[in-house]
Amino acid sequence: MADRDTIFALSSGQLPAAIAVIRLSGPEALVAARALTGKDLPLPRRAGLRRFVDPRTGELLDEALLLCFSGPNTETGEDMAEFQCHGSHAVVRGIESALSALPGLRLAGPGEFTRRAFLNGKMDLAGIEGLGDLIAAETALQRRAAMAMMGGALSRRIDDWTNRLRGIAAQIEARLDFSDEGDVADAGALSDVAAAAGAIALDMAAELERPTAERLRDGIRIAIGGPPNAGKSSLFNILVGRDAAIVSPHAGTTRDIIEASISLNGVPVVLSDSAGLRSGGDDVEKIGIGRAEALLANADIVLWLGSPDEQPQAEGRLIQIASKADLAASHESAGLAVSSLTGEGIDQLIAKICEAAAVLLPAPGDYALSRRQRDIMARAQIALADCTSLHDEILIAESVRQAMAALDEITGRATTESVLDELFRGFCIGK
Amino acid sequence: MIRETLFDVIVVGGGHAGTEAAAAAARRGARVALVTADPARIGEMSCNPSIGGLGKGHLVREVDALDGLMARAADRAAIHRRMLNASKGAAVRGPRVQADRIIYRRAIHSMIAEQPGLEVIAGEVAALTLGGGGAVDGLVLADGRQLGARTVVLTTGTFLGGVMFRGEERIAGGRIGEHAATKLAHQLRDLDLPMGRLKTGTPARLDGRTIDWARLDDQPSDIEEWTMSFLGLPESERLPQLRCAITRTNDLTHQIIRDNLDRSPLYSGDIEGRGPRYCPSIEDKVVRFGDRDGHQVFLEPEGLDTHLVYPNGLSSSLPTDVQEAFLRSMVGLEQVQVVVPGYAVEYDHIDPRALDRRLGLRAMPGLFLGGQINGTTGYEEAAAQGLVAGANAAAQALDLEPLVLDRAESYIGVLVDDLCLQGITEPYRMLTARAEFRLRLRADNAATRLTPLAVDLGLASEARSVWWREREERRIQLCGTFDLSISGADMRAAGADVRDDGVRRPLAEWARFPAVTVGHLATHAPELASAGSATLVDELLQDAVYAPYVERQEAEVRALRANEAIVLPADLDFASIGGLSSEMVERLTLARPETLGAAARIRGITPAALAALLVAARSARTA
Ligand SMILES: Cc1cc2nc3c(=O)[nH]c(=O)nc-3n(C[C@H](O)[C@H](O)[C@H](O)COP(=O)(O)OP(=O)(O)OC[C@H]3O[C@@H](n4cnc5c(N)ncnc54)[C@H](O)[C@@H]3O)c2cc1C
Ligand SMILES: Nc1nc2c(ncn2[C@@H]2O[C@H](COP(=O)(O)OP(=O)(O)OP(=O)(O)O)[C@@H](O)[C@H]2O)c(=O)[nH]1
Ligand SMILES: [Mg+2]
Repeated sequence: MADRDTIFALSSGQLPAAIAVIRLSGPEALVAARALTGKDLPLPRRAGLRRFVDPRTGELLDEALLLCFSGPNTETGEDMAEFQCHGSHAVVRGIESALSALPGLRLAGPGEFTRRAFLNGKMDLAGIEGLGDLIAAETALQRRAAMAMMGGALSRRIDDWTNRLRGIAAQIEARLDFSDEGDVADAGALSDVAAAAGAIALDMAAELERPTAERLRDGIRIAIGGPPNAGKSSLFNILVGRDAAIVSPHAGTTRDIIEASISLNGVPVVLSDSAGLRSGGDDVEKIGIGRAEALLANADIVLWLGSPDEQPQAEGRLIQIASKADLAASHESAGLAVSSLTGEGIDQLIAKICEAAAVLLPAPGDYALSRRQRDIMARAQIALADCTSLHDEILIAESVRQAMAALDEITGRATTESVLDELFRGFCIGK
Repeated sequence: MIRETLFDVIVVGGGHAGTEAAAAAARRGARVALVTADPARIGEMSCNPSIGGLGKGHLVREVDALDGLMARAADRAAIHRRMLNASKGAAVRGPRVQADRIIYRRAIHSMIAEQPGLEVIAGEVAALTLGGGGAVDGLVLADGRQLGARTVVLTTGTFLGGVMFRGEERIAGGRIGEHAATKLAHQLRDLDLPMGRLKTGTPARLDGRTIDWARLDDQPSDIEEWTMSFLGLPESERLPQLRCAITRTNDLTHQIIRDNLDRSPLYSGDIEGRGPRYCPSIEDKVVRFGDRDGHQVFLEPEGLDTHLVYPNGLSSSLPTDVQEAFLRSMVGLEQVQVVVPGYAVEYDHIDPRALDRRLGLRAMPGLFLGGQINGTTGYEEAAAQGLVAGANAAAQALDLEPLVLDRAESYIGVLVDDLCLQGITEPYRMLTARAEFRLRLRADNAATRLTPLAVDLGLASEARSVWWREREERRIQLCGTFDLSISGADMRAAGADVRDDGVRRPLAEWARFPAVTVGHLATHAPELASAGSATLVDELLQDAVYAPYVERQEAEVRALRANEAIVLPADLDFASIGGLSSEMVERLTLARPETLGAAARIRGITPAALAALLVAARSARTA
């Protein structure tokens, strides 16, 4: 792991929470802070209120506090920045994704802030003792994670890919290091080797489509949307089981995003309510509508209380609801009839949600990839997908090497020697 | 103790490692003695008279970039030249020459003789002498003479406990006609150093006049006139180029071998040392790859004034009569006369994990080891280590900066790092597959990578330094030329089949388009066509082609160097660090990694273990 990258991580506890703290450390920390906030940075060690905007889209992510610290007199010895933002999943995810897109920035690995503090001589002996415990804990955790993988479906898949990659690597290395051998010259065409690598890339892509472990840990993201006064907040309250959101007959009551982590028939869910969609309204409402649109776009499941021909653009599944089913006017609307007043249709709605969620969650006893594993596998996948467009053996070899190194990061094994073993088993080489 | 003379560095052994070690130490200004059993055999190629090849060619170019001898001697003796992988990416092209054995030896002899500060002493070394603190302070020859030295480099090849095998015969000695240095071997064994036993073999030598060349396919020398050394070779010194021929083993050959396996020491269990998988004997090939209907054999002439021919691919330790029989079963060899039959040799080596990155032996300050004694095989691997060991022996004697190369800048760095950290299980040979940064480690850019370092360390002669300064000036100028920006229309005008998308690109970027040739580029930058700069232009073109991929590896290189900067204390007690498994402790203790980066590369060391090492290293310092 490169010590020159700028790293960031959520350093406060479980979300959602009132406030989340995201910390950055490294040479690009202050540059990144400016990239998201646009304005001048606050004075060192002073909090400044800033609007955080995704530099890629210009989308407003949050209005939050920014603190900056210049190295070397910081906890890690490097430049650091701290964002104190709203502790909702949506906000933290938005900021993290904007940060990862900046050059030189990446999510910190476990214990990495501490490692940097060490490297820069920022820890005393007492701190070192503490770290010992941390490592022990980390190791125990890794061991448990590894045990869970061992013998499991994931490790079988990875083994399969590793074996296939090792075979491919042995083929290419033989062509590179022993091209003057008769046995090697007779081996198949380079395009076949590249195609075999491409096939693994496809397998990996399919794997990356599978449900993630985060969904299980953090919950399925469900957003309620529709025009003002459609009864969104009422539905939210009924599903959450308490009066969490304000309900009133005034259109435009809800402005900010309201979140709650709940369990629906055992399925973990993060439910959000937001402002009703309409044009017009005051400045504050406009900001709220912007947020609501982003929320609906990114949700896993949208509960849509508006008219079917006004359905929003959404990545996830959409459940069309005819709200206020107890009123006569509602009968013409399409969709699942639900009334927050009488409780009609609520059970059916929950059943529908669980049905949609089943596709998104790993089946019981099945495995799921953690975010770290997905990132690593995505790297391997990209490297291999490149192969089919390459015609230089050494570049194909490099892609395969990167993919294997990535898989090694997941399993903790080393490969150069095993590639050579394979090579000498398969080819009669040597003079 | 009365000593005749005191040297800064004494090198023992006049093989490929020893000659490079002695010359390198002398170039750094040390007073050097090269002690070898038979000075007439200095620079002897004990086996195949070829230098370079895949992976190995990179080493030769790097040795040359550090002003070593091997490439220049190979050029003067070359009678057949081939650029291997010529059709593949430049990063894996391997220059290989076949050398006239006698002329090669003569070239090495003259370079050793001309090197100021270097004296050759004939004699067999019987023992090392130790002074205060167990440090080496000289040696004793078999005839009783004593020599004093601040540092000693041992490059004794296969001569430690060497035994030769051929059929039922057993002969003590490392090469036919020389005897094993058994006394020295005993002394090293008594030091309780970790040691191991390896084996290797060589094929029979044939009389070329009894080969029916007309029936065989030719393998001509390259037409293109490249040289091994960056310094080139005057036209007048070029030797006439010979051709090699190719034949094949067949079913009958295999049958003869199978029928006689019980007479092979390899299969009777007499040889216990492990042989190299990439250099199997013909017996091994027949047994392990029984399904193949034949194996290629290259017939390589050994020189201009000799009829000896080397059948590359037929290493064997079967009895002489069997070797003759299977040779004569092959096309073109029906009447062949064997001059010297092949044999296998088994020998001791020292576990290279006992060495530090300067190739110094941790257990005996002042003693450096290079070459086959460290468990490697091959002239090139030996030369590379010899150069490192010699340069560092001089550094220690004269208090100069050591020569330590890393994996991202050279194959030599990969070689030394692999040896010191991983140890070996079979004779170690360089392969490009071992170098994870090989995209940047090309044979053609070795001078750019390493010569500046040689100049800085005083490892380069005046002539090399002058050459370097002139070349570097030209290189920088040409780099500027590659920055020149031109449009797609300009490229089309030059005749290149590219799209005119209105974008201006630097020449370096155009060079990456498959449709663009140097000729097209030179239309806009005539200096690229200048004949005197052809190899430099070629190097810069390849730089341009690989630039995006090299860039991608940059993060990996940074990570390597960051971890290399964290030094582990030399006396760190790995066993006392909590959380390390006993296997980790054993591997770490054997290899004694000098940095956190080195520890990370040892097989089986996990990230959590590294964190524990880091903590231990830091607390050792603050305590
Ligand atoms: C049978 C055989 C086949 C081989 N085949 C090949 C091949 O095909 N291709 C290839 O690249 N490599 C081959 N090798 C390996 C290659 O020869 C060696 O790796 C390389 O020569 C080692 O170089 P070196 O300098 O370490 O040792 P050597 O070249 O062996 O030199 C050792 C020197 O030390 C001297 N010496 C030893 N002990 C003493 C002492 N006590 N006192 C004074 N002088 C001493 C010897 O006289 C000799 O000059 C083969 C080796 C053998 C033995
Ligand atoms: N009869 C009936 N009235 C309902 C039902 N659900 C909500 N209402 C009423 O509709 C009005 C608006 O309800 P809210 O839940 O605040 O609507 P909203 O969609 O959140 O509105 P905004 O936040 O303003 O966008 C309130 O007066 C509710 O009492 C229902 O199922 N039946
Ligand atoms: Mg509302």
